[in-house]
Amino acid sequence: MELMTRTESWNITYTHALGETASWFFAQIRDNAKIYGKRCAKTNRVLVPPRAFSDETLLPTTDWVEVGPGGRIEAFTFVYEEFKNLPPPPYAFGYVLLDGADTAIGGYFKGVELTDPHQAAEFLAIGTRVITRFADQRTGDVLDFWFEVAPR
Amino acid sequence: MNQDRVGIIGIGQSPFAARRPDANYPDLVREAVVIAMADAKLDFDAIEAVVYSLSPDAMIGIGNAERLGVDAVGGRNKRFLRINTGGATGISSVSAAYYHVASGACDVVLTAGADKVGECGDSQSVLNKIWDPTYERQLPLGTINMLAMSAIRYMKLYGMTEEDMARVTVKNRRHASLNPNAHLRKEVTIQDVLDSRYISWPIKLLDCCPQSTGGAALVLASEKYIRDHHLDAVWITGLAHCAETYWMGDRMGANPTAEHADAYALSRSFQRAYKMAGITDPAKQVHVAELYAPFSNTEFHSIDAAGLTKPGESVPRLRDGEFDLGGRLPVNASGGTLCTNAIAVTAMARVAETALQVWARAGARQAKGARVGIASGNGGDHQIFGTMVIEA
Repeated sequence: MELMTRTESWNITYTHALGETASWFFAQIRDNAKIYGKRCAKTNRVLVPPRAFSDETLLPTTDWVEVGPGGRIEAFTFVYEEFKNLPPPPYAFGYVLLDGADTAIGGYFKGVELTDPHQAAEFLAIGTRVITRFADQRTGDVLDFWFEVAPR
Repeated sequence: MNQDRVGIIGIGQSPFAARRPDANYPDLVREAVVIAMADAKLDFDAIEAVVYSLSPDAMIGIGNAERLGVDAVGGRNKRFLRINTGGATGISSVSAAYYHVASGACDVVLTAGADKVGECGDSQSVLNKIWDPTYERQLPLGTINMLAMSAIRYMKLYGMTEEDMARVTVKNRRHASLNPNAHLRKEVTIQDVLDSRYISWPIKLLDCCPQSTGGAALVLASEKYIRDHHLDAVWITGLAHCAETYWMGDRMGANPTAEHADAYALSRSFQRAYKMAGITDPAKQVHVAELYAPFSNTEFHSIDAAGLTKPGESVPRLRDGEFDLGGRLPVNASGGTLCTNAIAVTAMARVAETALQVWARAGARQAKGARVGIASGNGGDHQIFGTMVIEA
């Protein structure tokens, strides 16, 4: 018998409130090209991206701490496959532990030759020093900055 | 544990495939329930509660699809509850069914669900939406690249290679070729895997699970009911969950609260389940394991986390064939998540397959003499884990 199908799509727009902590963080990125973490007073752990409370102590975080712009690569991947509603490949992104931070933040790596993934993987090996670069035109978002391997 | 045990008395699984044009979503749920009820040899009136296994709605494109599912599982006028812990949903649903019985609230409980991931053209786009819209949604995060980043940390810590990853696929495909319900049943070679295209380095196409369609259902009952009605059963002797931080970036750095290469919360969950089951040396006491591993590399940290090896030791042991069917401790004798992933019921299939093994009902994929088995499920951003010990 003939078996039929129907095609449907969901397209829903949300306006997410970012809250006080993230709003302050993004304003610093937009206005001053600086990245801040927030410190847990009990453990001294600096959380980046900043959160209003520590998941370990469950206490509110207290003071803002500027971190970076230098850091070390903690994780990376190169995406070669195209996924709907995600950026066109190839691209490199991953996580960087910014100087002064205790947790890593995600971002794109730019200036990476991705033709040979094995060479690229050596270039971005875990532990490699990177520098944070900021866009000239910033909107207050994590996409306002990216990472490049620090001059060696 | 002093209280009465809880047994599995019926198992139903679809033959999994990319698509099932002959069945819409409730048809597919119904199919699994019918198979499980026939296996349990019970009248449906015996079912007192239904736990509905359903992960993110967007994967099947039906909001709160448990609404449609109520009729399919025969839930009208019965206790009814939906469970969603992402990839762990299936094992969490079995746990919820277990608690219904263990609490004394019910004697016989059904858990069931289905997924049609193959109908979703955007599964990584759906999975990108599980990331926080404040800080991380803007990045192209998905489950593949999240676990690719686990792979590169595991490579750095323990020396896993792309060839080691390929060996997992080769083993699991060989196992799946013996499992009539598995989705990907074609055997492959190490070279086939290495030659497949990169998706998210170092994960290649053949290191990835498929997007599967199918359903699963289990019937659980109290020990008293099973004895009074002279039913056959295998027993859930230990179960647990454990969650860890949402933040992947917190699982890195100099002093992470949990290392992203490993599966810290999965190991904690296993320790809890083992304690309940009285298992003190899993490497010796466990005979068979069905561990949720949607990408080849993640089977290694799952074996480690289950306490079957020391961290990183799973790599040489797998190379030596220890986890093959016929090896010392078969892992994913069904072919596992790597060969079949209908997300809403994937972790239930891990429980079902473990139960079939210790019940000596696993057919061509039977691990000889298996009496004690373990199952696991991983959900969310590698964040919420469920584990179970099942014994004959």
